[in-house]
Amino acid sequence: MANFRIQRYDPEKDSRPYFQTYEVPVEQGMSILDCLFYIKERLDATLSFRASCRMGICGSCAMYINGLPRLACETQATSLATDTIEVRPLPNYEIIKDLVVDLSPLFEKHQRVRPWIIPYELEELDRPTKEYVQSPAELEKYLQFAYCLKCGLCLAACPTMATDNEFIGPQALAQAFRYNSDTRDGGDAERIAVVDTLHGLWRCHMAGACAEVCPKGVDPALAIQLMKREAVFGKKKERARLVDPRCGVTPLPGIPKAPEPTVKRSEGKR
Amino acid sequence: MRESRYWILSLGAAVCLVVLLGIHLSIMHLDTLLAYLGVVNADPLHYQAVMARGRSGGWVLAYILLLAFGLYHGLYGLRSVLSEVVSPTGQRLLTWAVVAVGFIAFTWGTYVVIKSSLMGGV
Repeated sequence: MANFRIQRYDPEKDSRPYFQTYEVPVEQGMSILDCLFYIKERLDATLSFRASCRMGICGSCAMYINGLPRLACETQATSLATDTIEVRPLPNYEIIKDLVVDLSPLFEKHQRVRPWIIPYELEELDRPTKEYVQSPAELEKYLQFAYCLKCGLCLAACPTMATDNEFIGPQALAQAFRYNSDTRDGGDAERIAVVDTLHGLWRCHMAGACAEVCPKGVDPALAIQLMKREAVFGKKKERARLVDPRCGVTPLPGIPKAPEPTVKRSEGKR
Repeated sequence: MRESRYWILSLGAAVCLVVLLGIHLSIMHLDTLLAYLGVVNADPLHYQAVMARGRSGGWVLAYILLLAFGLYHGLYGLRSVLSEVVSPTGQRLLTWAVVAVGFIAFTWGTYVVIKSSLMGGV
């Protein structure tokens, strides 16, 4: 049996957050999210929290568990090695209710760095005609940063975010680096203009907390330092080659023919 | 201008400060240590020594450069620190306030050095 000390707060009713304690029969294999579902289903249906995939993919259940920002679905209750488990909403965000926080600043800052491929040839963006060729080595340069879930744990852990709301934050900066390192992308100048600012790259104090808490092993602190170097010394970037898409490929023996598309493309439409 | 440019300038100013402050320290404050090492200089705070430095074009230039680099490096750092606690609406005001303080301090300091030089020494 574990005591769950959970921070409760409903801005429409409560003047300030308070803690409520629940007893949960914790068993081997139960995640914190399982415990929260137990509380919601059997003890207190008014408890609010966000969750979706339950397997560390969606990043919805990010919370502040026993003093660290973590994903509730990836944190085993027994791994905390204590009978008292404190669950609070993520710091550095506004609370919507109980453990649900407002992630809009995260997404707004993420969007600000243009987290998509901006091709060199704009025609290819609107009407792609060819395929980009990228080597495994080129993929490796940004791959770890592409694992970002947008869970927001890094912003909750960042001490700079705690003092500077304007700071773009480790998540968005890491994504700026991820796209700037992509050989298919030609939007470096646009992103550098956004991040090479007083509240961008140069606001990072290199505490490294973002890298410590990332559930996917992304290292935003590394991305920020590498991008600082690029901002100062510039960067010579390889361009991915555009090649004609392969067509008329003969399938290997034994591979069945692909079924016909169920939706027919109408003439003239792409 | 991009923030990285200001940052590089701050680093450059720091390097220049190391050189200029090194000269300043070794002459003005480490004369005992220099004497111990065999380099004997006249008392740098003696009236004649101060007058001589004030008249020297090289020293005047060194003082002005020390002032410029020190102000830039210090005020850039101050702006960086304060920008974390100043509200978003006050950011532009902060930058202009720092620029104004720097400009006034530099003008005042330069005036003192040049005026002293013209008067025949500090």
